Amino acid sequence: MACLLETPIRMSVLSEVTASSRHYVDRLFDPDPQKVLQGVIDMKNAVIGNNKQKANLIVLGAVPRLLYLLQQETSTTELKTECAVVLGSLAMGTENNVKSLLDCHIIPALLQGLLSPDLKFIEACLRCLRTIFTSPVTPEELLYTDATVIPHLMALLSRSRYTQEYICQIFSHCCKGPDHQTILFNHGAVQNIAHLLTSLSYKVRMQALKCFSVLAFENPQVSMTLVNVLVDGELLPQIFVKMLQRDKPIEMQLTSAKCLTYMCRAGAIRTDDNCIVLKTLPCLVRMCSKERLLEERVEGAETLAYLIEPDVELQRIASITDHLIAMLADYFKYPSSVSAITDIKRLDHDLKHAHELRQAAFKLYASLGANDEDIRKKIIETENMMDRIVTGLSESSVKVRLAAVRCLHSLSRSVQQLRTSFQDHAVWKPLMKVLQNAPDEILVVASSMLCNLLLEFSPSKEPILESGAVELLCGLTQSENPALRVNGIWALMNMAFQAEQKIKADILRSLSTEQLFRLLSDSDLNVLMKTLGLLRNLLSTRPHIDKIMSTHGKQIMQAVTLILEGEHNIEVKEQTLCILANIADGTTAKDLIMTNDDILQKIKYYMGHSHVKLQLAAMFCISNLIWNEEEGSQERQDKLRDMGIVDILHKLSQSPDSNLCDKAKTALQQYLA
Amino acid sequence: MFNKGQNLLLVSTRRETQMIHLQPGQHSQTLSLKKNKKNLFLISRTYSASLCSQLLKRLRQENHLNLGSGGCSELRSCHCTPAWATERNPVSKIKIIIKCNHPCTGVSPAALWLLRQGRAGSPPPAVGGVWRPRVAGRGFLSTGRPLPGSKSAGARRGGHQQLRGPRREVQLLATWGPQDTCAREDPWRPPPCSLKHRTDPRPGHGKTPKDAASVRATHPIPAACGIYYFEVKIVSKGRDGYMGIGLSAQGVNMNRLPGWDKHSYGYHGDDGHSFCSSGTGQPYGPTFTTGDVIGCCVNLINNTCFYTKNGHSLGIAFTDLPPNLYPTVGLQTPGEVVDANFGQHPFVFDIEDYMREWRTKIQAQIDRFPIGDREGEWQTMIQKMVSSYLVHHGYCATAEAFARSTDQTVLEELASIKNRQRIQKLVLAGRMGEAIETTQQLYPSLLERNPNLLFTLKVRQFIEMVNGTDSEVRCLGGRSPKSQDSYPVSPRPFSSPSMSPSHGMNIHNLASGKGSTAHFSGFESCSNGVISNKAHQSYCHSNKHQSSNLNVPELNSINMSRSQQVNNFTSNDVDMETDHYSNGVGETSSNGFLNGSSKHDHEMEDCDTEMEVDSSQLRRQLCGGSQAAIERMIHFGRELQAMSEQLRRDCGKNTANKKMLKDAFSLLAYSDPWNSPVGNQLDPIQREPVCSALNSAILETHNLPKQPPLALAMGQATQCLGLMARSGIGSCAFATVEDYLH
Repeated sequence: MACLLETPIRMSVLSEVTASSRHYVDRLFDPDPQKVLQGVIDMKNAVIGNNKQKANLIVLGAVPRLLYLLQQETSTTELKTECAVVLGSLAMGTENNVKSLLDCHIIPALLQGLLSPDLKFIEACLRCLRTIFTSPVTPEELLYTDATVIPHLMALLSRSRYTQEYICQIFSHCCKGPDHQTILFNHGAVQNIAHLLTSLSYKVRMQALKCFSVLAFENPQVSMTLVNVLVDGELLPQIFVKMLQRDKPIEMQLTSAKCLTYMCRAGAIRTDDNCIVLKTLPCLVRMCSKERLLEERVEGAETLAYLIEPDVELQRIASITDHLIAMLADYFKYPSSVSAITDIKRLDHDLKHAHELRQAAFKLYASLGANDEDIRKKIIETENMMDRIVTGLSESSVKVRLAAVRCLHSLSRSVQQLRTSFQDHAVWKPLMKVLQNAPDEILVVASSMLCNLLLEFSPSKEPILESGAVELLCGLTQSENPALRVNGIWALMNMAFQAEQKIKADILRSLSTEQLFRLLSDSDLNVLMKTLGLLRNLLSTRPHIDKIMSTHGKQIMQAVTLILEGEHNIEVKEQTLCILANIADGTTAKDLIMTNDDILQKIKYYMGHSHVKLQLAAMFCISNLIWNEEEGSQERQDKLRDMGIVDILHKLSQSPDSNLCDKAKTALQQYLA
Repeated sequence: MFNKGQNLLLVSTRRETQMIHLQPGQHSQTLSLKKNKKNLFLISRTYSASLCSQLLKRLRQENHLNLGSGGCSELRSCHCTPAWATERNPVSKIKIIIKCNHPCTGVSPAALWLLRQGRAGSPPPAVGGVWRPRVAGRGFLSTGRPLPGSKSAGARRGGHQQLRGPRREVQLLATWGPQDTCAREDPWRPPPCSLKHRTDPRPGHGKTPKDAASVRATHPIPAACGIYYFEVKIVSKGRDGYMGIGLSAQGVNMNRLPGWDKHSYGYHGDDGHSFCSSGTGQPYGPTFTTGDVIGCCVNLINNTCFYTKNGHSLGIAFTDLPPNLYPTVGLQTPGEVVDANFGQHPFVFDIEDYMREWRTKIQAQIDRFPIGDREGEWQTMIQKMVSSYLVHHGYCATAEAFARSTDQTVLEELASIKNRQRIQKLVLAGRMGEAIETTQQLYPSLLERNPNLLFTLKVRQFIEMVNGTDSEVRCLGGRSPKSQDSYPVSPRPFSSPSMSPSHGMNIHNLASGKGSTAHFSGFESCSNGVISNKAHQSYCHSNKHQSSNLNVPELNSINMSRSQQVNNFTSNDVDMETDHYSNGVGETSSNGFLNGSSKHDHEMEDCDTEMEVDSSQLRRQLCGGSQAAIERMIHFGRELQAMSEQLRRDCGKNTANKKMLKDAFSLLAYSDPWNSPVGNQLDPIQREPVCSALNSAILETHNLPKQPPLALAMGQATQCLGLMARSGIGSCAFATVEDYLH
């Protein structure tokens, strides 16, 4: 009932409002151009800061009319300019406004307007374009559809400080990915924008800086160029360093630190350069401090994580700078209990950024602990760190989960931590949960971490196996994603290392020989290597070898033959020969080789191979076969002698490689005994 | 004594360059060695002594730093001890070398700060402050027994006074110092500063040898520097690298590493822990060892301290630090060598960047200071201040226009402003007689109630008579003294506005002059300040002008012998006069004057007539050159003398008045008063203080403030900064009144 009653009232209010708005729209259709102009000006004043009014005008169809007036050749420049201003104002409103404007094909109209000779009009168009392009709903591709637009914008850069500001802002928002970077770079963006860094206007400087940060991101070509650009006799990196100074606005410090970071990661600046070690890094650490805004802290931590990711020395420096590790612990204290009580607005703000903060902190921890054992230890010793990571693993936000897994992965590289804190906090439990139905990006990191947890000395190995890891990993090996396949088979390999018979059987059963063959013919070399490693681990102790070979002997021998015949690199062949050597170590399994002349010929061939590693592996094979103390050794020795192995052994005993030489001599002794 | 010192010096120089530690037994004079007692050598490089003091002198001049008398003498004898080496325990061959190189020209951060304060981006950083090296270490210190020559120590201690003014209240540390010796002695007793004494054995020492020893800088970190920073390079970690770098208060036991005792704070190299007045450390940073550069930064704004390692900040180590801490370094195991950098070399850490941040912070804090609760209140107040300033100085037209456009009411009537303006005009034109008359006319009882003011005015009148500008003399002189009336701002009737940009500085000077007496003299006194500052410049300037004026005709037209004669005569006269003056100003002196000057004058008169044509009145003459005027002046002088005596009887002694009168009379002692040592009194700019005093007095009778609120506010702000500096509030380092005056 209440609803029914309310509706007519609302509608009447709405109609009243639209009535007043309609007045503005009606005036746009006035035959007198002077009155139209006045109407547009009045509209401009009416919509400023009034989102409701903006929505009304859009609903009433003001946009097409304004666009018509804007494009009409008979319109005066003044009218055109005012139209562009009103459109810009409308775009400032909600995202829906922008969508409606886009639906009316506003962008081509405004881009057309840029060809006008009148600067005021151009500026108004650019301002409007800037607002539209900075909106998240605008596809940035729209800027690149017409190939003449970018060169024209570059030409407009010299017109006024407003064109400079707006164009730089458009570029920095529309440059996504290497394609865009290349387009802008090829049109001379670097040269055109570089001198704006010394502009008197702060806004221009800032936007130019932002432009460079997006241009340089993961782009060696742009970065290499930037390093050598001179502006007013100063190299660009020096200008960026000046912008890092602590008395500059935070936004500027942060953005120039980003530029330098991207240039460094793209290989244009060395990681031991003073401008990175003594300027950029400390600046980014400062950005993580409590005094900064939450957004700045997030950005600072993410950029720092990116900067130090590949370099141990930078990781070490960062870890001691300003108590960074302890500082990051603060990232988890949002929303704080205090803010919940005192300030609803603050709580809202905190909540919004809480996820971002946490994932940034995890990322940075991951980078910090990537290589150095001491740093890992420090991170784990930070209050409640493991608990936080474990909680992070089960968070709803994918970003946080991913970052938490990455952090954990980084920390799992430490043997000591694997055996202590990882066990204490039962990290495997949430990890196994993460692995269920997770998106690929998480799976990649989580499974590679699982590899570490399944290492033989890891106490987590048992419980993980019990919770059905084998099926999960076998499932991964069937994935489309090569990274997942590698991780899956890698984990299985680790799992099979010195494992019990039951586990090995489990693995073989769930993986199935078909899948094993598929993996052996995988295009990814890593997958192949790890699969061979898995086979080797499976065929380790004598009883296991016999057991497995008795059930899967035929297939395995086939696979081995296949690889030895195929075109593979030395490592793969070596690995395969090692598998053969393992098989030759079995009691009953030996027969599989001895009865297979093809294989024996191959072994013989590899004994005479030019590569020592392969010779050595083949030698293992032979010595296992001719080992005296074992049953039936005499026959095997005879057979092999007939094949001419003894001659080769004599030859090898003269080999310059001492290892090989020793092996050959021991093997010959077996014959003598 | 001296020879011994020399010996040591030679040795030290050699050791210094070769980095060899001192070996016992090489110095026959070191009794300590023979006794096998732990001893300490303090070695100085005197070759730099004279250079040091010269350089420092120059720097002082450049920066107008008042180092205090004690400071100067100290610098000569003591400052030049840049290198210290201490050796101990010759038996067990354990040695601790504490080396500190510091050329005194070094730039300490505080010096940088100092510089940046006033003149951003201007000349090379300079050193200010008094540095007194002292060194302490357990077991190798002398007893501190005041030995011959250490008497001066007391005096130096006196020289320890702080420089005044908010920015001057800075003393910079540049070296380690001998400490308040060991715990058993009175820590506050001035230490023997002569370095030779260090080598004396300490009787009765050595029974319980402990290895740790600390060295402390000569002076505490001054709060007024805002941010203080020093770096220590670990040259060698020695056996175990038990090194501590930090801060300690005076009186802390120096036989231990910094941080272990109360009021002592340290960061230790062996475990990387920070020790905050406690024997147990907190995990703080990485360990440090040979080759590392450890910096320590004290932020006196928020009383925190952080360390740096090889240029990387390690984060806050201590908070709530007490004031007056000394940079301290402690070493424990043999072979440890460290080098301190107090700014003589560039720092590894970018401390300037850090200071920039804090300057910006403080300035933002000032800019964003919440003002006025109610809307418009703040603006109204500002407008009131501006209009009161305009009214005070008698800009009636501007004040009126301003009041009209801002809806202000002018408290004073227009006529009254105009009256004041008229009187001020007269004073500034040097027509004192008329000014006094007008004042008496317009404000009948004013001068009667203010005999001191009247006296001041009269003295000024006397000076103007000498100058030839006073109306009484002018009419007698019969010649327009235009050329003499070279008041620099003559096109403008009022000087005050032209002075205003420098007010801050003046108040500042004044504040420093008067110390904490907090006499808020505001405008009146600040004009005094102006004069002292400005007068120098403008006077020098006009001096040149004068001398050229004088010289040309002298060369051209005056017989050389004659001028010689005049000179001779005057110099005699001067001698005579000074004698007289020592007896007080008496009748005889006036006679002396009369004779001297009249003669002189006659001669001048002659010259004048001769060159009247070609040098068109460029010549300055006593009382405008008229005999009658001179007589009138003399007469007036006698009246003044009488008035002074009367005043003394009525109001008691007044040294200011006495000096004023004495200075004024002194003018007559010179043949060319304008070029005499007391000649600056004749400078027209000296009329300004008199003028503003009179103005203030008139305003007071109208129950109006005797100085404009604007000047008052400025004075208050400056005083406030000074007070902050004195009470250890570091943020004053990054705020000055001048920054806000454009």
